[in-house]
Amino acid sequence: MAAFTIAAGTGNWFSALALGVTLLKCLLIPTYHSTDFEVHRNWLAITHSLPISQWYYEATSEWTLDYPPFFAWFEYILSHVAKYFDQEMLNVRNLNYSSSRTLLFQRFSVIFMDVLFVYAVHECCKCIDGKKVGKELTEKPKFILSVLLLWNFGLLIVDHIHFQYNGFLFGLMLLSIARLFQKRHMEGAFFFAVLLHFKHIYLYVAPAYGVYLLRSYCFTANKPDGSIRWNSFSFVRVISLGLVVFLVSALSLGPFLALNQLPQVFSRLFPFKRGLCHAYWAPNFWALYNALDKVLSVIGLKLKFLDPNNIPKASMTSGLVQQFQHTVLPSVTPLTTLICTLIAILPSIFCLWFKPQGPRGFLRCLTLCALSSFMFGWHVHEKAILLAILPMSLLSVQKAGDASIFLILTTTGHYSLFPLLFTAPELPIKILLMLLFTIYSISSLKTLFRKEKPLFNWMETFYLLGLGPLEVCCEFVFPFTSWKVKYPFLPLLLTSVYCAVGITYAWFKLYVSVLIDPPVGKTKKQ
Amino acid sequence: ELYHSLPFFCFLLGKCFKKGLKGKGFVLLVKLACTVVASFVLCWLPFFTEREQTLQVLRRLFPVDRGLFEDKVANIWCSFNVFLKIRDILPRHIQLIMSFCFTFLSLLPACIRLTLQPSSKGFRLTLVSCALSFFLFSFQVHEKSILLVSLPVCLVLSEIPFMSTWFLLVSTFSLLPLLLKDELLMPSVVTTMAFFIACVTSFSIFEKTSEEELQLKSFSISVRKYLPCFTFLSRMIQYLFLISVITMVLLTLMTVTLDPPQKLPDLFSVLVCFVSCLNFLFFLVYFNIIIMWDSKSGRNQKKIS
Repeated sequence: MAAFTIAAGTGNWFSALALGVTLLKCLLIPTYHSTDFEVHRNWLAITHSLPISQWYYEATSEWTLDYPPFFAWFEYILSHVAKYFDQEMLNVRNLNYSSSRTLLFQRFSVIFMDVLFVYAVHECCKCIDGKKVGKELTEKPKFILSVLLLWNFGLLIVDHIHFQYNGFLFGLMLLSIARLFQKRHMEGAFFFAVLLHFKHIYLYVAPAYGVYLLRSYCFTANKPDGSIRWNSFSFVRVISLGLVVFLVSALSLGPFLALNQLPQVFSRLFPFKRGLCHAYWAPNFWALYNALDKVLSVIGLKLKFLDPNNIPKASMTSGLVQQFQHTVLPSVTPLTTLICTLIAILPSIFCLWFKPQGPRGFLRCLTLCALSSFMFGWHVHEKAILLAILPMSLLSVQKAGDASIFLILTTTGHYSLFPLLFTAPELPIKILLMLLFTIYSISSLKTLFRKEKPLFNWMETFYLLGLGPLEVCCEFVFPFTSWKVKYPFLPLLLTSVYCAVGITYAWFKLYVSVLIDPPVGKTKKQ
Repeated sequence: ELYHSLPFFCFLLGKCFKKGLKGKGFVLLVKLACTVVASFVLCWLPFFTEREQTLQVLRRLFPVDRGLFEDKVANIWCSFNVFLKIRDILPRHIQLIMSFCFTFLSLLPACIRLTLQPSSKGFRLTLVSCALSFFLFSFQVHEKSILLVSLPVCLVLSEIPFMSTWFLLVSTFSLLPLLLKDELLMPSVVTTMAFFIACVTSFSIFEKTSEEELQLKSFSISVRKYLPCFTFLSRMIQYLFLISVITMVLLTLMTVTLDPPQKLPDLFSVLVCFVSCLNFLFFLVYFNIIIMWDSKSGRNQKKIS
């Protein structure tokens, strides 16, 4: 009985949190799933039944393989477990096949892979040594961080309802960040290289990694005033880092290089034929740009400045993802977005190079890179906001300024995920889970930083409270008005623009705080 | 709610007796009686117009024509029926009288004790044991009626966490055939596990399994007067808990994965009811023991009136 007591873990709060959220995920198994479910079933079928040379050429289904090779190998391994659940799902011709066993297998595979995420959160908590405000467990930064990460609303609904495998990928990212905090740079670099070959969207934050490792790992010492000491450059470290990245890439892309399929792989990974915005505009800068364009065109039509015949008929918010031209403002090309993103990232990279502040500075630069790419990227999906929210959680439990930016970013970002779940049965789930997470995050961070000035000023409070009426309007009032037939995209547009305002504000505030922060003066031996 | 009515009656009667029947107690008794009779009359007034009307209401409320039990329920009669088909052997009125007698005989000791020594803790424990007696021995019981027993058990959760948690796990398990019919297997398994983890972490139930904690100290002292070697009560209960949990898990797995044999299509639901019934009998004995051997309740410091 004593052994059982120890095993049951009297008062081991981390296990209780992890187990609790896992049980919640089991309850979400029968909920709505999006087309991503069919995407992954298709990839299971492709990797299981076809040889490697066919993987990136197969196009029976419209959901072709567009992730890097490590993910394909991951699906291959999963498919060998899947065959014990339902053999039929592994047939490439079985489009939209979703028997109950298929559903069970896929959902359980996501829940199981989240083990990596739980481990990564555990490692991150070890790196946090925030001030001890109170002796109570629920006031410790470690506890708050665990809840903010493990029970993250965005991750829950994107992974376990909408259906994706973001859990373990973010686990890899958080693990590499934790390793960098723990000064185990080689492992951090290794994990990030592996992550890149799982999902190439993490290229957005690669500059932060590159610059940080170069500046703080390859240059082993700083001058007393914090600037770079050129003669402390360590060739060994550079070579070993390069070797790690090269080996991982060789393992991933090697087979396809041998088959001369690299161009095909790259064309699948980077499809630029899609439009500037997704069918539902991600709440970034281009959403505001599009909205401005629409407003100007409407005003122009009313005031007879524009000729109605010159305006393209189709609207950008109809459900298609083709390329459209703007009417009043200049059109945007992929090159423009790339240049904008690079310009947006540069100041934070410069800060990381000239004013290195150790791992925390790296983390802020990483968040800024993720957020800037979200703001100016081409065909950004609103799920990409999670790339900025999760690393920012680590920052939020350590400084009050970061906490307030985090809360605005998280609340707005999570609200912008609402249109992903548009079915009626999921409405109570998403509203209640969102309220749960928002209320907890705001109250716990307020308690943690109660000795400093209040987290929100009146403008920010007003903006955040405005999300409630917006939701009521879009979900409950709008379907009963006459505009539903004429302008069916209006709720999406409103949500997108409202959230874009909040996210832009958070991005701006974070940038200002990074640029204004004083550099660390003492010498640091890395 | 008849399940809970007797403890209320005995508790209030006991309070009246304590205050003395010559003075304040009598006044209280009259007040209570008037309240009860008045509310009854108010509810039943529309149906008192005709004798036939009243009888029809009573016939609907107490469906004695339906038989001793229906479908599978974790009842004594259903379990007994496995060995000896009493539902078919005995005539209807004998069944009625038998269940009536058994119910009242099993709850009499606790109620008498409550009347003589009314206390808050005794009241709650008597609620549990009366409801359990009704559930086990009464006529035409539905499986859902176990909830009428679970509710008072939740009221004693903080005082006897280990046994209460065990009881609540068994009560959910006894509903398994019903939940499977409603396709609620996954939610019920998940919520049971969540509840169990919540109890383990908040009440630390596995540390509270000593005799003192299980309220069995006075009982075991009395038994030790006759059997000096009776020291293993605590360990015995822990082993029983382990066996019970393992059986429940195994039965759940078997019900879900295996198909019952052709000749016995109801095998698994009957097994579930039988095992639950055995557990409930054990709980009936346990709760009655702690009520009867609760020697300190009369001399308790906290006077609750």
